[in-house]
Amino acid sequence: MPFLGESIEETVQKILAGDRRTSGRLITRLEDGDDWGKEIMKRLFPRTGRSMTLGLTGAGGSGKSSLLNHLIERFRKMGKTVGVIAVDPSSPFSGGAFLGDRIRIQHHTRDDKVYIRSMASRGYLGGLARATTEALRVMEAMGFDVVMVETLGAGQDEIDVIRLVQTCLLVITPGMGDEIQALKAGIMEIGDIFVLNKSDLDGSIQVLRSIEATLSLKPGQEGEWKPKVISTVATSGEGIDDLMEGIMAHQDYLHNNDAMERAAFQRVEQELGLIFRDELERVIFKGLKGTGKKRRYIRSIIDGKSDPYTVIEEILETFLKER
Amino acid sequence: MQEKRKIRILLAKPGLDGHDRGIKVVARALRDAGMEVIYSGLHQTPEQIVNTALQEGVDGIGLSILSGAHNTIFPKMMALLKEKGLSDLLVFGGGTIPPKDRERLKTMGVGEIFTSGTDTRDIVNYIKGVLEKV
Amino acid sequence: MAFGKRSKRQDLDLQSSPMAFKNLSGFVIDPVYGTENIAQLDVERDLGGPGEFPFTRGIHKTMYRGRLWTIRQLGSLGSSGEANMRIRNLLAMGATGVSICLDMPTIMGRDSDDPLCEGEVGSSGGVAIDSIADVRQLMDGIDLDQVSINWVCNAQSCVILAFFVAVAEERGISADKLAGTLQNDILKEYQAQKSYYFPPRSSMRLTVDTIKYCCRHMPRFNPISISGYHLASAGANPIQELAFTLANGFTYVEETIKAGVDVDQFAPRLSFFFKVHNDFFENIAKFRAARRIWARAMKEKYRAKDDRSWLFRVHTQTAGSSLTAQQPENNIIRTTLQALSAVLAGTQSLHTNAFDEAHSIPSARSEKLALRTQQIIAHESGVIHTVDPLGGSYYLESLTNKMEEESYRYFEKIEQLGGVLKGIEKGFFQREIADSAYQYQKDIENKRRIIVGLNEYREDGEEPIEMRETDPTFETRKIAELKAFKSQRNQQRVSARIEQIREVARGDGDFMPLFIEAVKDGLTLGEIIGAMRDVFGEYREEAIF
Repeated sequence: MPFLGESIEETVQKILAGDRRTSGRLITRLEDGDDWGKEIMKRLFPRTGRSMTLGLTGAGGSGKSSLLNHLIERFRKMGKTVGVIAVDPSSPFSGGAFLGDRIRIQHHTRDDKVYIRSMASRGYLGGLARATTEALRVMEAMGFDVVMVETLGAGQDEIDVIRLVQTCLLVITPGMGDEIQALKAGIMEIGDIFVLNKSDLDGSIQVLRSIEATLSLKPGQEGEWKPKVISTVATSGEGIDDLMEGIMAHQDYLHNNDAMERAAFQRVEQELGLIFRDELERVIFKGLKGTGKKRRYIRSIIDGKSDPYTVIEEILETFLKER
Repeated sequence: MQEKRKIRILLAKPGLDGHDRGIKVVARALRDAGMEVIYSGLHQTPEQIVNTALQEGVDGIGLSILSGAHNTIFPKMMALLKEKGLSDLLVFGGGTIPPKDRERLKTMGVGEIFTSGTDTRDIVNYIKGVLEKV
Repeated sequence: MAFGKRSKRQDLDLQSSPMAFKNLSGFVIDPVYGTENIAQLDVERDLGGPGEFPFTRGIHKTMYRGRLWTIRQLGSLGSSGEANMRIRNLLAMGATGVSICLDMPTIMGRDSDDPLCEGEVGSSGGVAIDSIADVRQLMDGIDLDQVSINWVCNAQSCVILAFFVAVAEERGISADKLAGTLQNDILKEYQAQKSYYFPPRSSMRLTVDTIKYCCRHMPRFNPISISGYHLASAGANPIQELAFTLANGFTYVEETIKAGVDVDQFAPRLSFFFKVHNDFFENIAKFRAARRIWARAMKEKYRAKDDRSWLFRVHTQTAGSSLTAQQPENNIIRTTLQALSAVLAGTQSLHTNAFDEAHSIPSARSEKLALRTQQIIAHESGVIHTVDPLGGSYYLESLTNKMEEESYRYFEKIEQLGGVLKGIEKGFFQREIADSAYQYQKDIENKRRIIVGLNEYREDGEEPIEMRETDPTFETRKIAELKAFKSQRNQQRVSARIEQIREVARGDGDFMPLFIEAVKDGLTLGEIIGAMRDVFGEYREEAIF
């Protein structure tokens, strides 16, 4: 299966060498779910998992992009190469999307050590796009020292990123006190670091206390990571030093324990589940494509002659028999 | 669950002018037609635009130019795209561009130029016509 | 067939589509208006006489019987030499004022030799201004104390003003003799036109700086022209144009008061700039509402005592965005109707667009026709015989009231956001304008609005039109000129000035006196803006669709 007129091996070599034209197109194909993308991924996989990975999540307007901008700058100053994946929502009506996050980080487009990729969620839940996990692997294979994932800013259910990355930042702003209260203990699961951005605004002390109170609900085990709360003002750059320190502390924690091992395990576990569901759906429904069967099944359910459970059982039985 | 490939378009505003009414209307129209639109923002150099196209793995680039700099910017863009191996991308443009310049730009490989008064459905159909064949 | 093939169907469409009876602001227009529509109107309180508070009927007692509006056309072209010829030509044809547009590099605060400007020097029919030498040439032979010059400049206004004052001084004309206007409206740049470089607060400081300078030294000069035109060009509908422009105006008033200037010292020098679009009566109502709102706010809210502080003085331009590339001659008719509405609305100054502007910068022929349009309205149509001939019309007065009400609704919204600057940061204006632009486009595509020759009565093929040729060698020549200019300067003084400018930028002192000295030492526009950019930084907006 040639790609850009090249063999799989050539493509793989180019990705490993960091070629942007090839990787840009590969990610596009992965988003579209092309078969040959899998072949490439099989070869790339062993060469991934060596980057520092960070996630930024939080509601829209909390300033994730501005923080991202600062982090890129800091990592670049440390001489690190940086990959970024920014996820934006797809329109539920048209399936189209605006991907506008680049603008906020665009002064890095002149820097060839920074690679930014925008992705539309395409209806995938959890704050990511279906292919975000794959794009992250591609960037790791390209050899970026740091890869950061910015989730879309729709709500609080964007928790897939936690298992995807090593260090997860949850960005909150003053005025979100009520939501934090509502999350209570659940909030422990969301972030390794809580960033209270726009901390120059009114109400920041209350929110700070509210998070700290919530975090203190869970008694930490000996040697376990205790989530940090860091105040920032992304527009002025205040608190970014502390944030970098916090990130590095978490990374140290991961490296000095078996925590890194656990993070890698969780990530692969999630990926396996994702790929499995995807593949299963694809393989099973492939047989139905173009046969008009799907239509007939739906019709029969509407007409009251069948129901979704019976239909699925039938489909599975047929599939297993044909196998 | 193989869907039709999504069309990814980079809409970019090179040069110094900030008249973004047209490009924003087009961005919405493309989104509403189911495309994924990456907007570069204002004041982009051809180098920045090509770099973005490269990273974003887009199928096409639309450039909006109302400052009269089209005769400088398009040739630069086309040369850069060639240099980076992106000659197969669809390039189209819009803005205040006189007829004789439009013809000249098309001979350079620019697919189509849409000027003021264009129906956005014509732009959508044009992009789909070119890219869905591929 | 007398009525054409589709007349019957169109009648049906008009009946069934409510859109056909909506104006551009989206207000539904009634079949007929009568006394019941203006029951709340108190003639004395809400209209007054011409030249009387609240100035709904016009700011002067005698209006055009006393003095015609200023016939102000665009007098710019790439090189200052050519632009100078064009200005002289316009004045010879009877124009009474000129506007000077700048090319994109000048607008963006960059010199012609900046690599970012390649291909754009002298672009868009604007004049390339790098140094005092360009302004010297541009103003050559023009009576600076006679002709009113409208400088279409914004983020770079302070430098342009410095060039102008310095050139006048060279010719023995002191600043207090100079008449004219700076556009200098930075708020609408962030909202619509997007030619900004500094963050809003720094730009605001420069605007206030020029207002202060003009109040002290230039009594005949308007330091700002608060512009709705560009909001409308970016897509704002007339009610948005009205409300946002006035909200911006109030913001300048508040900021200047905050800088320690008494309201009556600067308010009489504030001027405005509106667009007239296709809807005839909506245009007129917009101006009337603007005068009334402004007068009331200045008197009652900002406590201005000088009655000149209450006046909404306005320059008007016909709508460039209404011009079609198709059947360009139709634009002559559009422009005429728009211009007539501006006159009936009581404008102080008017620019009529040339019919070929959807294609390129105007040819000599189209430019003359545009100028003559105004002269025909002025001298042949008879509309100037009486002041505010439409005052008292049920429809117009009711529409004026409606626009006033809707403006207050917007003011409230803006206040809730925390004011105009906050609204900009939150993308409020940008989103409102983008929404209207998209709506307008959709209305045309769905034929809820008919534009003759564009979505109806189309003709196949394009007629070739005569176009002004631009000089392809200009950019290279301009860069060489600039190089020569720079080589003749005292480099040490230039460097010292740059450091001085940075110093003032870091503190909170006045810029204008320093800029005037700096341009005399040969500093270029790009150098002065660059020095400030070093301190103020650059502004980037988020993508708002």
